[in-house]
Amino acid sequence: MFGYSMAEIGNIMVMQGFAGLSMFSVLLLMALGLAIIFGQMGVINMAHGEFMTIGAYTTVMLSKLAVAYGFVNYYFIFAIIVAFVLAFAIGYLVEFTLIRHLYKRPLDTLLATWGLSLVMQQIFRSSFGAKEVSAELPEWLLGSFQPTPDIDIPINGVFVMGLAAVVTFGVFLFMFRSQWGLRVRATVQNRVMAGAVGINTKKVDRVTFALGCGIAGVAGAAFTTIASTGPTTGTLYIVDSFMVVVFGGAASLFGTIASAFGIAQAQSILQFFMTSSMGKVATLLTIVGILMMRPEGLFASKVRK
Amino acid sequence: MKTLSDKLLGGKQGVLGLALLALLIMVILPLGLDIFRLNLVGKYLTYAFVALSLVLLWGNGGILSLGQGMFFGLGGYCMAMFLKLEASDPISTKIQTTPGIPDFMDWNQLTALPWFWEPFKSLPFTILAILIVPTIFAYIIGFAMFKRRVGGVYFAIITQAIALILSILIVGQQGYTGGVNGITDLKTMLGWDIRTDSAKYILYYVNALLLFGCIFLSRYILTSKFGMLLLAMRDKEERVRFSGYDVSDFKIFTFCVAAMISAIGGAMFTLQVGFMSPSFVGIVPSIEMVIFAAVGGRMSLIGAVYGTLLVNYGKTVFSETYPELWLFLMGGLFIAVVMFFPDGLAGIYQKHARKIPFLKRWVAEEKQKQTDAHASHGKVGTKLGAEA
Repeated sequence: MFGYSMAEIGNIMVMQGFAGLSMFSVLLLMALGLAIIFGQMGVINMAHGEFMTIGAYTTVMLSKLAVAYGFVNYYFIFAIIVAFVLAFAIGYLVEFTLIRHLYKRPLDTLLATWGLSLVMQQIFRSSFGAKEVSAELPEWLLGSFQPTPDIDIPINGVFVMGLAAVVTFGVFLFMFRSQWGLRVRATVQNRVMAGAVGINTKKVDRVTFALGCGIAGVAGAAFTTIASTGPTTGTLYIVDSFMVVVFGGAASLFGTIASAFGIAQAQSILQFFMTSSMGKVATLLTIVGILMMRPEGLFASKVRK
Repeated sequence: MKTLSDKLLGGKQGVLGLALLALLIMVILPLGLDIFRLNLVGKYLTYAFVALSLVLLWGNGGILSLGQGMFFGLGGYCMAMFLKLEASDPISTKIQTTPGIPDFMDWNQLTALPWFWEPFKSLPFTILAILIVPTIFAYIIGFAMFKRRVGGVYFAIITQAIALILSILIVGQQGYTGGVNGITDLKTMLGWDIRTDSAKYILYYVNALLLFGCIFLSRYILTSKFGMLLLAMRDKEERVRFSGYDVSDFKIFTFCVAAMISAIGGAMFTLQVGFMSPSFVGIVPSIEMVIFAAVGGRMSLIGAVYGTLLVNYGKTVFSETYPELWLFLMGGLFIAVVMFFPDGLAGIYQKHARKIPFLKRWVAEEKQKQTDAHASHGKVGTKLGAEA
């Protein structure tokens, strides 16, 4: 097959699989935020990629600071928190000034947030320059470990995966085990009734939107460990993460995880055997094809329409 | 009953609007601008086809397609393939390893013309392909989506993904499509040099006439019973369905017409600008074309043309002098149009036209007509009369 022996193919699968896992983690973090926002409010946030870029630039800036003051080994955890807080705050502001006026017009929200993403990209370009920058990684993130001589697994990938797992678990706790999550789910199910029992649905919307953006910020911090950041970094992931959300079935946490895994792995493994662009085309085409058969996504919650 | 001419021209106000636009495009701009600038306007007007198609699809049908660029691109590529084959005759390509095939194929070690390029040696086939290929493509997408009642934001996202797929495919398959540079160095059409000034004038007028043709076609569709159903579908889809209409068929038809109109624009783009590249196919151009329609007024066919001209003029001016400001402005435009002027320029015009003394009488008459229409046709008719 393709001129490789079976053992080699096995090794390639494992290595590409792990490369796919880093991508899976970033995609998952991006899609989690999107899924929360989309599932909750039916709002498509085209500027979501730019919130990821905010997180990425925050990490890069903090790493510069860390290099200057010599705390490179500890800054990263700190950077994740700052990235989250910053993206959360900006998301909160955006919801307040823009999104909340457009809830009744979902298609218009799409256009307005696209406009927002253009403005944000230009802000990044004006303040950080058009060149791509990368963060100084702490030593414990560098290198790789080799379980067998042919297999090489980068540590940063494992770390990013762990981060994604922690955040996913956190989102699960927030949505299904906390008072806040209860309010969010109540608002999704029946907005009017939720309002009637005393839930401040507007506040719920605002916090949900900001939370989604905050998670995108964390995705940005994770992103810096696997690639360098430029003003248009966010646009690379936006279509993929939308596909993840739609493919998995909006408002389904498990669906989002499963489809992020499927899409990232398919792209990563196909990219090895075809050219990188054809791998992407094949993956996206398959998803679009499946979505045409099953528009509600793979794991849609069963609701009567 | 409305007569055919009423349907096409849209009453007195419609005639006035069309006449003004025709005066601007056919007389004022060609007289006032040198050929370089006029060619640029011609290029903008090819985008107006797409804006027009979005008025049909999005403004009146409520279906937002974020992939209109792919139909523009398909039309453009069909035209470019024909012109490229003519430009790469064996004599002018004799330095290549395989003479007689387009230069980029030779660079990519192709030794024979791929089978799907073969029919593009004939102009009638090419013209047919420009009209039919995008339509079939739209039919497949539309059939798969609308029959399963996919709409709204899902449709927008999926069309966007398809536009992305198509642009990656074109960039990736360099040997067959010319890759990221696109198909360039187009020279003649049936021996007629399209690069001379006189050819540019002729093409500009052909383009303008086709644009008006498409405006008439769209207006005919919108003022017919079909147009009323389209509007009704946008506002209360379930109710139209329960009245016994197959909503999906209407949507598929509109999507196909919109695709065909966009493709005509694409083909004219190739002829006037002399190349076609994937940068007119992907996500960014597709969504930019939505803003042309939004600025002009998503409900107004004529507004879409003005919107396209205005935004592109702004883009040219700003990217020449303050390239950094342009993205801010473009982004701001998206936000402002959506937040403050959802009906675009046409909305502003309709709001303020009654204050201008000269226009007062027209507006008053229109109002009277609408009241009459209201009495006989009910609410949908009124809305249509006011906005089409």
